[in-house]
Amino acid sequence: MNGRTKFLLAVAAPVGAAIIAVIVTSLVLLATGHSPGDALDAIVGAFGQNRTLINTFNVAANYYLAAVAVAIGFKMNLFNIGVDGQYRLAALLAAWVAGMSFMNGLPSVLRIVITILVAMIVGAAWASIAALLKVTRGVSEVISTIMLNAIGLALGAWLLSTDHLAVAAGNNVSTQPITEGGTIPTIAIGGSSTPLYPMIGLALLVGLIYAFLLSRTVFGFSIKATGMSESAAVASGINVKKMIFAAMLLSGAVAGLVGMPELLTGREGAFSLNFPTGIGFIGIAVALLGRNHPVGMILASLLWSALDASSNSLQGADIPKELVTIMQGVLLFAVVIAYEIVRRARRRLEQRTVARTLAAAPPPGGGDPDAGGFGGGGRDDGPDDPLPAGPGTPDLQKAVSS
Amino acid sequence: MPSPELSADSGSTVGVSGPDAVRLSGITKRFPGVVANFDISFAVKRGTVHALVGENGAGKSTLMKTLYGMHRPDEGTIEIDGTPVSFTSPADAIKVGIGMVHQHFMLADNLTVWENIVLGAEYITGGFRPKAAIELISEIGAKYGLYVDPTRLVESLGVGDRQRVEILKVLYRGAKILILDEPTAVLVPQEVDELFGNLRELKREGLTIVFISHKLDEVRSIADEITVIRRGTTVGTADPKRVTNRQLAELMVGSALPIPELRDSTVTTHPVLDLASVTVQEENGRAVLSDLTLTIHAGEVRGIAGVEGNGQAELVDAIMGLRPLAHGTVTLESVDITRAATRTRREAGIGFIPEDRHRQGLILEGKLWENRILGHQTRPPLASGVMINRAAARKDTQRIVDEFDVRTPGIEVTAASLSGGNQQKLIVGREMSGEPVLLIASHPTRGVDVGAQAAIWEHLRRAREAGLAVLLISADLEELIGMSDTLSVILRGRFVGEFDPRTVTPEELGIAMTGGEVAGGTTTESVASSAVTDSERGGAR
Repeated sequence: MNGRTKFLLAVAAPVGAAIIAVIVTSLVLLATGHSPGDALDAIVGAFGQNRTLINTFNVAANYYLAAVAVAIGFKMNLFNIGVDGQYRLAALLAAWVAGMSFMNGLPSVLRIVITILVAMIVGAAWASIAALLKVTRGVSEVISTIMLNAIGLALGAWLLSTDHLAVAAGNNVSTQPITEGGTIPTIAIGGSSTPLYPMIGLALLVGLIYAFLLSRTVFGFSIKATGMSESAAVASGINVKKMIFAAMLLSGAVAGLVGMPELLTGREGAFSLNFPTGIGFIGIAVALLGRNHPVGMILASLLWSALDASSNSLQGADIPKELVTIMQGVLLFAVVIAYEIVRRARRRLEQRTVARTLAAAPPPGGGDPDAGGFGGGGRDDGPDDPLPAGPGTPDLQKAVSS
Repeated sequence: MPSPELSADSGSTVGVSGPDAVRLSGITKRFPGVVANFDISFAVKRGTVHALVGENGAGKSTLMKTLYGMHRPDEGTIEIDGTPVSFTSPADAIKVGIGMVHQHFMLADNLTVWENIVLGAEYITGGFRPKAAIELISEIGAKYGLYVDPTRLVESLGVGDRQRVEILKVLYRGAKILILDEPTAVLVPQEVDELFGNLRELKREGLTIVFISHKLDEVRSIADEITVIRRGTTVGTADPKRVTNRQLAELMVGSALPIPELRDSTVTTHPVLDLASVTVQEENGRAVLSDLTLTIHAGEVRGIAGVEGNGQAELVDAIMGLRPLAHGTVTLESVDITRAATRTRREAGIGFIPEDRHRQGLILEGKLWENRILGHQTRPPLASGVMINRAAARKDTQRIVDEFDVRTPGIEVTAASLSGGNQQKLIVGREMSGEPVLLIASHPTRGVDVGAQAAIWEHLRRAREAGLAVLLISADLEELIGMSDTLSVILRGRFVGEFDPRTVTPEELGIAMTGGEVAGGTTTESVASSAVTDSERGGAR
């Protein structure tokens, strides 16, 4: 397989899936009496504005963090559906700590680092419940993380009351807002009412660490090995239970970061009833779309977020914004199927290439004089000659008929 | 073409006159990049068992798929009962009376026997008529001595019965020519004997059987005629009464077979591995290893003989730390490793060639150099601290590929794209890296071609000379006797005898493996006794 084929195969799946998604969405539009052309105009028009672009980047950072959290699990065949509960609980407790009065006396950098650390620890701790259940009792992490999402939601609601961690703010309740110095200033961009969030940097840093961890460290190798073949990992001395625990904790810690851009750069500077929800689930979709690849997930989170951002302008063109949801759903479906097809095609192609390379050039010492002629003609004698060039014994000659 | 005189030699079983049941002439099948079959010609007489033998990957299965209509040959003709045929699908093949019994059973567990048989062939009883179908199945079963209760659920059947269902399935569809693809691969010896009884019955009733295998003992006992395929083409036809295993094998591989043997003894007095009263229990408390005591010295190959499933796997697990001990100690180089983790044991110098390389030995979807790291992920040169040294991994993989003659276009391909023998050579090379003191070799040459087998044996010999202690587990008695310095026989989780490989015969070993007394010659288990017969034949050369 040469480099070009490899590249084409890699791009074929996402591009093919995108085309299918566009076709299906167009059909849906036509069926409901809208014009696909209008929809396209609306979407293209939206991205003519800086605001939509900036918004796309800001939101993509959240999605990316959630996707990395999910991908760490995926690499080990662990399905952490609990990212949603993990980040919300993490953001709530981090916001509470960040809003405490003792923080006012600390230098700004330290305040931000403490806030982020608290979020990571809480995320990891919440994920560790599922990890512990899995390692000690064999409870499927799919089930336990789903249930922990529900528990986390209830726990969060209970904590976010004025009796506990929250203060009243108009008809809303929120944690004590973070005072100046505890948040990160945003970057104003000309021509856009929405500023750029510097937390995009955090997402990129996490992506970099994720890539490095997986490809260069013993820990990352063990994660990948366990994910690809648990039995081989065990026989190689990898402590699979320990790896499950570590991966789940790490996934939870990254999940804890998901709420940080909103908390540290958002308008409210607090965890309130309005805090965004559901990013954990989007993270699953983005991780699937980006194939757990550090760069792939960047592109996937941008695409997902861009589709989100275009939904408002669709409404402006009298097209229901649910269209975006349909498109995202179809895209995901098509991509997962396309990846599987490409994966199989690639394996077949590789096996064939290996067979062909070896058949074409048997290494010296191959021993069999037939090797080179195999398939290359020049074997007219065929089965009529039972012992072609073989070092047969006289006995054998007797035993074998012509 | 196989000569007609030969079949006259092979006895009275071959007596039906008329055109050949199957005649293939000049069959060539190309796949993109490879030629799977080239100019294959042979004929099968009606009412005979015709064996097709060849190494893994020689093209047997491709040929049978051609005959069964699963794909079309690029060149050549197929004649059935003297009439040229052309199949576009297996349905066409079934119509002219060809039936195929696949190596991996294609049965629905949650359906009954008759439901499985009838599925897709409802037309035979003129629509879905259970009663008529069950009657017909019972009738066929009685006629060919293949009785399986048609109302039983398939999931409740043993392997032998499932195979009979598969055979019934094709007979039900009116097959007169049966293709059996490696039918004995999943059977224990006793079931093989039963299957052969069934096949002889079918033959008596005038059916023709094409039997694909690479187990030469079996082929010689059941076949009336043997066609050998090598590298995609027919290289000759042999008479099973006159050909020996070794001759057949040499014809299969096209060169003289390697002989497992050791040179002068290199056994030292330095103990490397010490097992003391090792006992392993299953979760229900049943002992699968009882009180095993064993010492392997540097430069010694200790062979373990036994019928499979008598504790060999558990012994390996106990030494590798994959299964906890109920009692006993494991000592490596005077260090007690009874409670050590698998990683610690590997770091202490245990190399491990697992029985199932796909399950335990390789990450199939991983590249070759990634597979080189497996099991060595904490040790230099592959790791420095917490980091993986990818350059060193690539370099050392290239060394293994060169030294162990792993046939691959490069080290960036996945392990799955290599042939079994080359995968095994990669594993052997890896496990002998990093200066191990003990090598656990579990069926090291199973399923590999003879070239790889010879290479693996040679590497074992060299490592032994260099002072490696080896625990060799194998089902191939010739390999065990030839490659071991000392031999222990394991039966139901206990060592039941120790033999000197220089004097022991395969018969003696076989009797000990099955729990018989060497002098009295009584065997207790019929399953095991057929294993003895096999090994006898295997050894009598």
